[in-house]
Amino acid sequence: MSKINQAIQERILVLDGAMGTMLQRNNFSEEDFRGERFKDFPHPLKGNNDLLSITQPEAVKQVHRLYFQAGADIVETNTFSGTTIGMADYHMEDLVYELNYQSAKIAREVADEFTDRPRFVAGSIGPTNRTASMSPDVNDPGFRAVTFDDLRIAYKQQVEALIDGGCDVLLVETIFDTLNAKAALFAIEEVKEERNLDIPVMVSGTITDASGRTLSGQTVEAFLISIQHIPLLSIGFNCALGADQLKPYLKRLAHNTQLNISAHPNAGLPNAFGQYDQTPSEMQALIKEYLQDNLINIIGGCCGTTPEHIKAIADIAKEFKPRQILETI
Amino acid sequence: MTEVKNKYLKLSGLEPLIITPESNFINVGERTNVTGSRKFLRLIKEEKYEEALDIARAQVEGGAQIIDVNMDEGMLDGVYAMTKFLNLIAAEPDIARVPVMIDSSKWEIIEAGLKVIQGKGVVNSISLKEGKEVFVHHAKLIKRYGAAVIVMAFDEVGQADTYERRIEICKRSYDILVNEVGFPAEDIIFDPNIFPVATGMEEHKLNALDFFRATKWIRENLPYANISGGVSNVSFSFRGNDKVREAMHSAFLYHAIQNGMTMGIVNPEMLEIYDEIDKNLLEHVEDVLLNRREDATERLLTLAESFKGDVKSNEKEVAEWRNGSVQDRLTHSLVKGIDEFIEIDVEEARLHSEKAIDVIEINLMAGMNVVGDLFGSGKMFLPQVVKSARVMKKAVAYLLPFIEAQKDGKSSSAGKVLMATVKGDVHDIGKNIVAVVLGCNNFEIIDLGVMVPPEKIIQAAVENNVDIIGLSGLITPSLDEMVYLAKEMDKLNIKIPIMIGGATTSRAHTAVKIAPEYKETVVHVNDASRAVTVASNLLQAETKGSYVKAIREEYDKLRDGYLSRSRDKNFLSIEEARRNKLQLDWDNFTSVKPNFIGTKTVEVELSELVDFIDWTPFFQSWELYGKYPAILTDEVVGEQATNLFDDAQKMLQQIVSEKWFIAKGILGIYPANTVNDDDIELSTFDFRFLTLRQQSQKTAGAPNIALADFIAPKDSGKQDYIGCFCVTTGFGVDEKAAQFEKQLDDYNSILVKALGDRLAEAFAEYLHLKVRKEIWGYASDENLSNDDLIKENYKGIRPAPGYPACPDHLEKPTIWKLLNVEQEIGVKLTESMAMWPAASVSGYYFANPESKYFGLGKIKEDQVTDYAKRRSITFEEAKKWLSPNIAD
Repeated sequence: MSKINQAIQERILVLDGAMGTMLQRNNFSEEDFRGERFKDFPHPLKGNNDLLSITQPEAVKQVHRLYFQAGADIVETNTFSGTTIGMADYHMEDLVYELNYQSAKIAREVADEFTDRPRFVAGSIGPTNRTASMSPDVNDPGFRAVTFDDLRIAYKQQVEALIDGGCDVLLVETIFDTLNAKAALFAIEEVKEERNLDIPVMVSGTITDASGRTLSGQTVEAFLISIQHIPLLSIGFNCALGADQLKPYLKRLAHNTQLNISAHPNAGLPNAFGQYDQTPSEMQALIKEYLQDNLINIIGGCCGTTPEHIKAIADIAKEFKPRQILETI
Repeated sequence: MTEVKNKYLKLSGLEPLIITPESNFINVGERTNVTGSRKFLRLIKEEKYEEALDIARAQVEGGAQIIDVNMDEGMLDGVYAMTKFLNLIAAEPDIARVPVMIDSSKWEIIEAGLKVIQGKGVVNSISLKEGKEVFVHHAKLIKRYGAAVIVMAFDEVGQADTYERRIEICKRSYDILVNEVGFPAEDIIFDPNIFPVATGMEEHKLNALDFFRATKWIRENLPYANISGGVSNVSFSFRGNDKVREAMHSAFLYHAIQNGMTMGIVNPEMLEIYDEIDKNLLEHVEDVLLNRREDATERLLTLAESFKGDVKSNEKEVAEWRNGSVQDRLTHSLVKGIDEFIEIDVEEARLHSEKAIDVIEINLMAGMNVVGDLFGSGKMFLPQVVKSARVMKKAVAYLLPFIEAQKDGKSSSAGKVLMATVKGDVHDIGKNIVAVVLGCNNFEIIDLGVMVPPEKIIQAAVENNVDIIGLSGLITPSLDEMVYLAKEMDKLNIKIPIMIGGATTSRAHTAVKIAPEYKETVVHVNDASRAVTVASNLLQAETKGSYVKAIREEYDKLRDGYLSRSRDKNFLSIEEARRNKLQLDWDNFTSVKPNFIGTKTVEVELSELVDFIDWTPFFQSWELYGKYPAILTDEVVGEQATNLFDDAQKMLQQIVSEKWFIAKGILGIYPANTVNDDDIELSTFDFRFLTLRQQSQKTAGAPNIALADFIAPKDSGKQDYIGCFCVTTGFGVDEKAAQFEKQLDDYNSILVKALGDRLAEAFAEYLHLKVRKEIWGYASDENLSNDDLIKENYKGIRPAPGYPACPDHLEKPTIWKLLNVEQEIGVKLTESMAMWPAASVSGYYFANPESKYFGLGKIKEDQVTDYAKRRSITFEEAKKWLSPNIAD
């Protein structure tokens, strides 16, 4: 049994908070994004946060460090857009392996700085910016901008690099189209088989609006059924909604599965300026309700959350036992 | 994690479907299946996906909890159709809410389906039929894609038809899936084969009972597995007797569910409510299903008589319909295709009519209108219509002398249609069928036959003042002939609409290449059943204007869409494609030296070919779609297919015993090597075969193949070999067909040609086997069943020029010269490189075990330039011959 499998039985595991929010605090310029290595790169690079793992590794490491200090058990690698599909916007497809490898490596280095209890690195696998089961063209509903095989190949490359860089667990997250996630899971299974290794996998979907469905139209229950064909460490939801709006869907999930449940909601809904202003203590109160309702095995934050939020969440999580799974489910 | 106690089959579309012991029977929608629904097949073929979606929607609205989607049809690109249809379903939330059952016998189609569904669907189906290795491989992938699976009770030996075989195969499948693949037991659904009962055959008596017992056994012994099946099979022997069938389906389901059947493919309209079944009938039905009495079948058959609606004529019934009015009798004869009484009835009608012509225009047309309506609504099938036409012709022939005597010179036909197979093409089965169908509908047909030069078509059209010209062709050069003819007619300012048909033609080609060349209307007619509607629309004054305009607009739109389509594939240059050629391991290659080298003719008795016939295309030529032998028991077309098959068998016996045709063949095997990447050079003769190479960009690792890749290159230092052949069974076919036509028997005329074609293909299959096992002998230990042969499970290939792997018809003259085909066996090539007689097959032999069939796809102009140089012809000429394969 891997260490994380053991830890999750003993306590509620705390996941880190937002990476983007924290990196923004550095106000990096175009030059900072480029660093020495890409100073002559022919396309603009500002905004390519994943690239900072190579050009500003210390800044990224510092974010990981702050989250671990705040009490996180797991940090996510800075690789949310790290596929050939996501990097195409920056013309950096060729850099994908290195980006993921470096991101995993520096997160691993920071995790190893902490020796009090096992700290884990989760390889973050984002949804890409394309959908395999929806057409971007309303006049041509049968069209697809990306295919299963495109995604499978891109994800496979990302997964291999994340594993080589030293991740303990893979996190397929912010899933708005289940077919994209199925391609990622397919790629993971291929890598597991080819390398004859077992690595725990977390899956986290996103519910985008009050209809209670994924962007691609699935209900919570349908989503759950569609991704359970490979062994998972946990299933959960993240992003899009604040902790209070997310709660009914977590309940539906918990009611229908024996898997561990994860949640990393946003710090409330964004205000008119696109900022998140839910305070750490407000968020803590909401998370406390999750814990009282026996919903959680892994808890963390998504957009707008900071080390302060994670500290508040870690403090309250310590007081509760992980979710007990009912055998009758 | 604690071990899960209750494992249920859980599926999903946009919404979940969880099947628990408390669930009611799960009804699988069966109308989005091209093998079961003619309408759905037609819509998919015509790319009318919007309407096809309506069928899916209606099923879901009607209560289907899963929809079965099947695109297994020879003329369809199954991968494309499956992908496209499922992608479109994904955009329709009211359909996509239910899970999809991906139904195919082809793994590539199943996999294409798995790649486009976001929910958890069901694969229908896999089995041990092709052995454990393939089974495990597919199961592993299905698990990885995240789907449940239907497992057929079928193994290497065959389909399970007893209780013992059913449980043996299901147990073995289950153990492999659960223990070796790690497949979740609750995701396994067994189909333990529902077979017909009450067939009168002793061995079918236990069919239902064995299914029930096997179902029960599976539920008790293979934990969590579910059971499915296609229910309508059970009542197959009562086709046409819906009352009995509905009762049988309900009673069968009742018992099957009691025994643990969880889901199934059922037509809800063919289901009586169990409690409402007539008690007496129910008892008789259950006697059969449960095999409760020795005489159960006979008793049910007797009882069924009293429920019978529309059945074959027996004496009592003959007496009955012979009591009707003369009009009723004429209509009956026409609809049923009975010619026994036609002359008596026509004579009676004539005596009651003022003029003989009235019998045709009033009485016979009334009958043919009924035929037309039934055909148009899918209640009659092509072979029946052709039989109706035969009766009609006999009736008309009887009346002609009387009409001549009373002639007033007034034409009364619905319109004159000129039919012709274009220059260089000899294929006419499809054209003859269309001619017959139009003839039945009162169109006057002027049939110019095959290989008709354009001047002759134009001249005949003008002289006869025809209303429509119908052009047909099967080989690709015929497409150009049609374009040429349209241009010529336009130049001469002729204003006769053209109908285009034949296997190689398409709506796209018609719209893009032919229609722009001609100011008058050009319509593509893809099957005979549409020909009447199209012709009527073109000629009726009320509809003509709007119809012509609609066609023009539709084709303009299609053409614009085609020309501006964004689907521009990436292509490699021919040099790049050659660098990415298929690299076989020539270092470790040893060719098998042929037992025979040189050229020789082959003779064979027709009787030896019969077992080699692939019947599926035979049914296709009659517009009956489905795989043989399953088509014989098909829900929709089974009865017609069976009748047609019986007629074909009878004629085949005569062909063989009376030696109607002569089978002649020739083959050659020669030392050869590949040179300059794409050419195959014979070592001992100054001959080269030129092959064409795929140029579209492949996924990483996949090669750009040419046939030359299967032969060892000269610089490998290994001597390799190639063969080529031509076979025919066509001598005698045209003569026989002409005899039938003289007897006004189009049905048998078409039948004899279709059988000629099948025998030629069978000869090619037979000779290939001989070559593999004896003449070349590279697979002397081969031992394959006929089914395996049809599926091309053998080593080595026999690709034919003009077909996907080598679309270049100009390879045929090379084969002809090398083998001296025309002098030796008499088969000629037309100017379009069609073989005459039509029932002929030619091709190459490749022995390399790595060789396989592939499609060339589109090529670029750089390869055409290169090819022209190699062929020593002009670029323009090369372009003309290869045009269907040149990317635009």
